[in-house]
Amino acid sequence: MSRSDWEVVIGLEIHAQLNTASKIFSGASTAFGAQPNAQACAVDIGLPGMLPVLNRGAVERAIRFGLALGSRVAPKSIFARKSYFYPDLPNGYQISQFEQPVVQGGAITIRIGDGEDAYEKTVRLTRAHLEEDAGKSLHEDFHGMSGIDLNRAGTPLLEIVSEPDMRSSAEAVAYARTMHALVRWIDICDGNMQEGSFRCDANVSVRKKGAEAFGTRREIKNLNSFRFLQQAIDFEVGWQIETLEDGGSFVQATVLFDPATGQTRMMRSKEDAHDYRYFPDPDLLPLVIEPEWIERVRATMPELPTAMKARFERELGLSAQDAGALTVTKEVADYFQAAVAAAGAAHAKLCANWVMGELAARLNKAGLEIVCAPVSPAQLAGLLLRVADGSISNAIARKVFEALWNGEGDGADEIIERQGLKQVTDSGALEAMIDEAIAANPKSVEEFRAGKEKALNALVGQVMKASRGKANPAQVNELMRRKLCA
Amino acid sequence: MTPVPIFDAPVSALRRALDEKEISSVELTNIFLDRIEAFDPELNAFITVDRDRALAEARSADARIARNEADPLTGIPLAHKDVFCTEGILTTCASRMLSNFVSPYDAHVVSLLKQAGAVSLGKTNLDEFAMGSSCETSYYGPVINPWKPGTIAGGSSGGSAAAVAARLVPIATGTDTGGSVRQPAAFCGITGIKPTYGLISRYGTIACASSLDQGGAFGASAEDCAFLLSSMTGFDTRDSTSLDRPVENYAAIIGAGAPDAARPLDGLTIGVPRDFFSTGLNDEIRTAVEGALAQYRALGASLRDIDLPNVRLAVPAYYVIAMAEASSNLTKFDGVRYGHRAAEYADLVDMYCKSRSEGFGAEVQRRILTGTFVLSHGYYDAYYLQAQKLRRLITGDFERAFAECDLIACPTSPATAWALGEMSDDPVQMYLGDIYTSPVNLAGLPGLSHPCGFNAAGLPIGLQLIGSYFSEARLLTAAHRFQQATDWHLRRPPIAGSAHIPDTIDK
Repeated sequence: MSRSDWEVVIGLEIHAQLNTASKIFSGASTAFGAQPNAQACAVDIGLPGMLPVLNRGAVERAIRFGLALGSRVAPKSIFARKSYFYPDLPNGYQISQFEQPVVQGGAITIRIGDGEDAYEKTVRLTRAHLEEDAGKSLHEDFHGMSGIDLNRAGTPLLEIVSEPDMRSSAEAVAYARTMHALVRWIDICDGNMQEGSFRCDANVSVRKKGAEAFGTRREIKNLNSFRFLQQAIDFEVGWQIETLEDGGSFVQATVLFDPATGQTRMMRSKEDAHDYRYFPDPDLLPLVIEPEWIERVRATMPELPTAMKARFERELGLSAQDAGALTVTKEVADYFQAAVAAAGAAHAKLCANWVMGELAARLNKAGLEIVCAPVSPAQLAGLLLRVADGSISNAIARKVFEALWNGEGDGADEIIERQGLKQVTDSGALEAMIDEAIAANPKSVEEFRAGKEKALNALVGQVMKASRGKANPAQVNELMRRKLCA
Repeated sequence: MTPVPIFDAPVSALRRALDEKEISSVELTNIFLDRIEAFDPELNAFITVDRDRALAEARSADARIARNEADPLTGIPLAHKDVFCTEGILTTCASRMLSNFVSPYDAHVVSLLKQAGAVSLGKTNLDEFAMGSSCETSYYGPVINPWKPGTIAGGSSGGSAAAVAARLVPIATGTDTGGSVRQPAAFCGITGIKPTYGLISRYGTIACASSLDQGGAFGASAEDCAFLLSSMTGFDTRDSTSLDRPVENYAAIIGAGAPDAARPLDGLTIGVPRDFFSTGLNDEIRTAVEGALAQYRALGASLRDIDLPNVRLAVPAYYVIAMAEASSNLTKFDGVRYGHRAAEYADLVDMYCKSRSEGFGAEVQRRILTGTFVLSHGYYDAYYLQAQKLRRLITGDFERAFAECDLIACPTSPATAWALGEMSDDPVQMYLGDIYTSPVNLAGLPGLSHPCGFNAAGLPIGLQLIGSYFSEARLLTAAHRFQQATDWHLRRPPIAGSAHIPDTIDK
């Protein structure tokens, strides 16, 4: 048997930290990076007599998520206590949703790969529920003791649980990336993976192709980058197949991925699993979401990426691939739309080419996000209008773009004017330069007349050089040909 | 007008005396502090008494009275059950676990009473973490019933009840999870009320069983309770189960005269659950309660038999829910951040085990273990879910009953106060004593206990009145009119009659 006889089955649990200013059950700040325990109030520390009060902002974000995924937003959901002892879990239980989560069902379309082999797939959502994060145990720097930092305790999380619909690590990564873009798109999570705002658990199993029953699954915990997600799944899949093909077996378990070795290792088996003793938290009333609340939230929803992509194709005449690339993140889409708004819809394709081409390449080179681009959408539009009306060539446009990037002027027109880059379209001036080129290069002229098309390029090149790039190459080409054939 | 010692004066008389400058709050506070010093060693009703703080509060109350800005409780001494967090003062829950815990905040109830200008004398003893019916499980030793040495005061708010009965303090706060205000009020011969669940914020009240816990008030009379209760209620955004309702001035409501002075309870229908009077009820209690019912009829109320068929299942349902919630509420006491931590331990798990084994007493451990069991995988449906179903059935019984009557009357407890240690080996027997009180908590209804007689041994007997949701004013009015016509609430234990303190005022 070989690896291709096996089918990989993956489901993801994503913890997205909701971007509320305060915690889910207390008024303490959620800002990252404060001194340990500076952002832990009496509720977060679990002092006696303290009670949780639900942050409606967290609920609103869950509703946004549910609306974006076409899920059912439960009219009534329940907060439960999930009990286990751990020093960074102050109450001895985590408040989470168990039997009745706030978001139920839904689906998301993902695109795997690019180019010819790219394909789309719909991944179903099981649920998404609200819960609080725990604190952090610090095992260094305390002379053999552990420190507890409760700043993170009570931070609101949305745990997004997919159905086991993914069949490869590539699909899992595409799903995670799409979800990452979406939670940022609808502005419920900052998506900062270094700070742990978006982390994945992957449930991985394998089964013989054609088999109906799922194989034994192992859950890889706490993957905080797409690369680790891919590596961990690939290693785990390899290990599971190898183990089974060698006639071995394994038990349902939770495993950890070690980025240093690229391997997964067992944390605990199902037998060692906690009995979390879930029961409804009597300190919190059932979460009731009236239809009016959902409608109020719906009214504030941005256009979603799928709808925007379809609109770009329909209204701006972009290809599916371009429209997809421009809606990959909200920031790119916002930039593109602002540029189109300034340049006019007729120039949408030109804007698209530049946003995905020159701008993307320049941002990449500088290591900048698009929101930090030194060239504003309006500046880019101003530049592209000069390309469109033939004032400058593409080559000159790149020069002007670089000048704008470096802050050498406020707008394209100013730079073009100041540096004298305007294209020479006066045919009298051009003809003089063409005559000069013909006179200076009799050999090329002869070759062209003998039928060697390439020779024309050399002559045009001479004219372009003489004009310092300002001549319109198409125009020169046409005039040159006319003269030589006359 | 009978002159009574000032320490036995009702709140209304203390208010008048303070407002008319016949006595200052500092003087009044000193009288009660002196009584605590003299008599509390016999009763053990207090865990903490803070004389300096009390006198400082009394001084600012006097200043406020001098500015004519007094609220009804300004300058009146009171005590808090040691389950309410008090900023800067030890809050122990009568447990070794919290024997070193000083809260950085006040419970909502405590801050409301501070704002009202009441003077807190200290913190009263209770069953450890409010788990018990006798105040014998306290880490600080049992509370003694002022009516008889060697006798329990009831629980869990026994310290507050004993202190009020012995007139060590005029009024006191308590909490009631399954009868913890009403039963000790009955055992100590005073009046106690537990309002509708949600009327008093639980913020800063150390939880026993969250869905059942509710603050309550102790006084010598319904009128004294009315003064205190009004100052304890009020919406609090910090408690998600707090109810947003206007605060009622109960003392003013019950003070309004009845149209027919001879029959002040005319038009009131009192439901009597006959089942409650049959099996297991002590004859002396039955006789006293029947006597009180006759008195209610004489005051104009009509009596009507009612049926509460599911209430006989209240005790098991109550204990499953109470222990489940308590086991979870007490997981935070792990020795990591505050409270007791074992001196020596091998590792983390050992620290948890030792700290909790040392920090919690036997009854608390019993409830944690039982509560953990009923929430465990495989048992949850059979115990916890089943208990919740019973809870709904019992609530339904009450709702149907209140379609036929305005109030329900029954004994507060099937027993009177027992001898110390008498029930210690039989927890189930003690749990069964909550038969009349715990269904009220399961349904979240208000309940009141007032004295209605004594047994042959001279121990008080209580009558419980149960009302529909938010009927606190009706409960207090009925009890007040009963008390205007009777004198059970004026009987005092020897300890409150033996004081030779010369100050007297006209009642």
